[in-house]
Amino acid sequence: MATPPKPPPRRGKRQNWAVNFALLPMAVTVLLCYLGTVLWSIVVSLTSSKTFPNTNFVGLAQYEKLFTTDRWWLSLHNMALFGVIFVIACLALGFFLAVFIDQKVRGEGILRTIFLYPYAMSFVATGLVWQWMLNPGLGLQEAVRQLGFPNFEFDWIISQDKVMYAIALAAVWQSAGLVMALLLAGLRGVDEEIWKAARIDGIPVWRVYMSIVLPMIAPSIATATVLLSLGVIKVFDVVVAMTGGGPGIASEVPAKFIMDYLFNRANIGLASAASVVLLLTVLALLLPWLYAKNRMEKNNNKGH
Amino acid sequence: MHWWTSGGESAAVQELAAAFNKSGGQWVDTAVAGGEAARAAAINRIVGGNPPTAAMFNTSQQYLDIIKEGMLNDIDAVAAKEKWDTMLPAPVISSIKVNGHYYAAPVNIHMPSWFWYSKPAFAKAGITSEPKTPDELFAALDKLKAAGLVPLALGGQGWQEYITFYSWVAQVGGTDLYMKFFKDHDAAVINTPAFRKVLTDFKRLKSYTDAGSPGRNWNDATSMLITGKAGVQIMGDWAKGEFNNAKQVAGKDYGCFPGFGPKSPYIIAGDVFVFPRTKDANAIKAQQMLATSMTSAATQVAFNNKKGSIPIRTDVDASQMDLCAQAGLTIMKDKTRQIAVPDMLLAPDVGGAVQDIISKYWNTAQSVDDVVKALQGAIKG
Repeated sequence: MATPPKPPPRRGKRQNWAVNFALLPMAVTVLLCYLGTVLWSIVVSLTSSKTFPNTNFVGLAQYEKLFTTDRWWLSLHNMALFGVIFVIACLALGFFLAVFIDQKVRGEGILRTIFLYPYAMSFVATGLVWQWMLNPGLGLQEAVRQLGFPNFEFDWIISQDKVMYAIALAAVWQSAGLVMALLLAGLRGVDEEIWKAARIDGIPVWRVYMSIVLPMIAPSIATATVLLSLGVIKVFDVVVAMTGGGPGIASEVPAKFIMDYLFNRANIGLASAASVVLLLTVLALLLPWLYAKNRMEKNNNKGH
Repeated sequence: MHWWTSGGESAAVQELAAAFNKSGGQWVDTAVAGGEAARAAAINRIVGGNPPTAAMFNTSQQYLDIIKEGMLNDIDAVAAKEKWDTMLPAPVISSIKVNGHYYAAPVNIHMPSWFWYSKPAFAKAGITSEPKTPDELFAALDKLKAAGLVPLALGGQGWQEYITFYSWVAQVGGTDLYMKFFKDHDAAVINTPAFRKVLTDFKRLKSYTDAGSPGRNWNDATSMLITGKAGVQIMGDWAKGEFNNAKQVAGKDYGCFPGFGPKSPYIIAGDVFVFPRTKDANAIKAQQMLATSMTSAATQVAFNNKKGSIPIRTDVDASQMDLCAQAGLTIMKDKTRQIAVPDMLLAPDVGGAVQDIISKYWNTAQSVDDVVKALQGAIKG
C-alpha cells in the first residue's frame, strides 16, 4: 500500500480521532464476531463438550479422535478431489466462455446473462435440479434410453467412485459463469494496441491468448481461483441437496461433517476441532496468495 | 414442538392436540420439518431462554445433556400418579428416568426393525410360508430373485442401512451379542466368530437389493412392496402408514413379522416429549396436564393407530388395532423380549460413528477385518 501524504499537524489529529471513532464499531465487530468466534472454536475444540460447551479441557484428544475417524479422512479426500476438478474445470470453462464473448459476438448481453444466470441460483436449487437430471430412473439416463439407446449408462450419482464427479459437474455448471464474468473484465482491460501489434506481426490468435493475454489477466485469474477455492472449502449445500452425503458416506465433505456433529450428533467439541482444521486449510490457501500479491505489488512499486 | 409433518403423522398429532384441549389445555402447534432441524431448534430455544412448553425427542440419549444442565422440569408427580414405574416397559423407563426422576413423557413405542413382505410377490415367487430362520429368509430372497423381482427393497440412506444392521445383530446375533456390543461397548465381542458372521450375512443382503437403492427414501422402498415389485423390506412400523394410504390390509395384501421365531427380540424405540425448565406455575400445570393426557389409554390407542406405532402401555383396548400392532402389543407383555434401540444405549456421536462405519462397509468392498477394527475404535466413544 502506498503511504498517504502526512496530514497537516493541527487539524489532522482531530480528524484522525474522528476517523478512528467512526471505525470503532467495525473494529469491535471484527474482534468479537470474527476473532472472538475463532478463539471460541479453538477453546471448545480442546474440551470434551457434547451438546453444550463445557470447560473440561482434554488437550488434543478431539483432534486425535477426528483424525482416526474414517469419515473425516474420506471427507478431506472428497474435498480435495472435488476441489481439483471444480477449480480447474471452472477456470477452463470460464476462460473459454469469456474468450468467446470477447469476440464481439452478437447478443453479447443476453449470452452474458445466460452464462452468469446459474450463479444467481442457490446451490440447493442447483443440487435438486441436478439430482433429478442425474437420477438413473428419472433423468438423463432414462431419457436417452427412451430415445432408443437401451444400454446407455449414466449413473454417476449412485456410484461410490463417481458421485464426487457428479457433484463437481453440478457445481461447475453453477460457478463457471462467475469465472467468465471476472475474466471477461480482465480481457476487456487488455489494450487494443497489443492486439493490433500482434496482428501486424502475424501471431496466431491462440498464441496471443496463451503468451500475452493470459499473463496480463493473471490477477483476475488469481482472484477467481481464490474465490473458487473458498467455495470448495465451504461446499455443503450442493452435497446435501444432491446426495445427502451418499451413497453410503461416499460424498461426505468436511462442512457437512461439522454440521452433523454440531447439531445432530451432539458433539460440538469434535465439530469445533474439525472447523479449526478447516480454518487452517483456508489460511494455508490464502497466505501464499497474500504473500505473492504483496511481493508483486512491491516489485511493481520498485519499477515505477 | 415436534417434527410430525407427513400426512399420517399430522393426523396422529391432531389426536394428541384434541386430547390435550379436551382436558382443558390449549395446544399451540410448532411443527418443524425434519427431526434434526426440530431438535436443533428446540435446543437453541432452551439455551436461549425462550423454551417451548414441551419439545419432542426420540426415546434415546438425545436429551441427556439437557437434563445434566438442569434445563428440564421433571414430571415425577404425573409418573407417580399414573404408576409409570410398573406400567412402562423397562427400556423406556431407563431412557426417560434419570437419577431417579422422570424427565420425559413417552407417547409411543416404535419397533424399527419389522420385516414386511408383499403377499403377491411371495405368491409369484412360490414362497408358501413366512421365513422363520435367517436361512429361510435367504432362501426366500433367492426365490424372489429367480422370479425377476427385487428381493429386498432398501432405501440406501445411512440410517436405513443402520436399521438393517442392528436388526441383523439382534435377530441373528441374538440379544446377548446385541447388548454386549451396544450397551456394554465391549470391543472384544466384535472380533468373535458370531459377530463376524453377522457382518458377513449382513453384507450378503446387499446382493438382493437393486441398483436404484442408493439414496432412496424409505417410503419409496415401501411402495415397491405395495406395487408388488419387491418382496421384503426391513423397516420400522411407521411403514404401515404407507400401506394404509394405499388401502392395503395387514395379513391380506402384506405380511409382517418382527423377527425369527417366537422368542425373537423386540427392539423398542419411540418418541417422547420433554418439558423445558420454567418457574411459571401455569406452564408447569400445562406441562403436567399434557403429560397426563398424552399417556392416557384412550389417547394412546387413537394416536398410535394413526402413527403406526403401539401404545406405551399394555392395558389398552387392542381390538381397534391392526394385526401387526396387536402382535407387537402381545410381545410387549413378555419382558424378556424387550431390548432398547441403539439410540438409547449409545451417545449420539458414538451411534453416528457406528452408522458411518456400517454405511461404508455396506457400500464399498471393505473387508470384515477392517470393519471389526473400525467398530472397535468407534464403540469406545
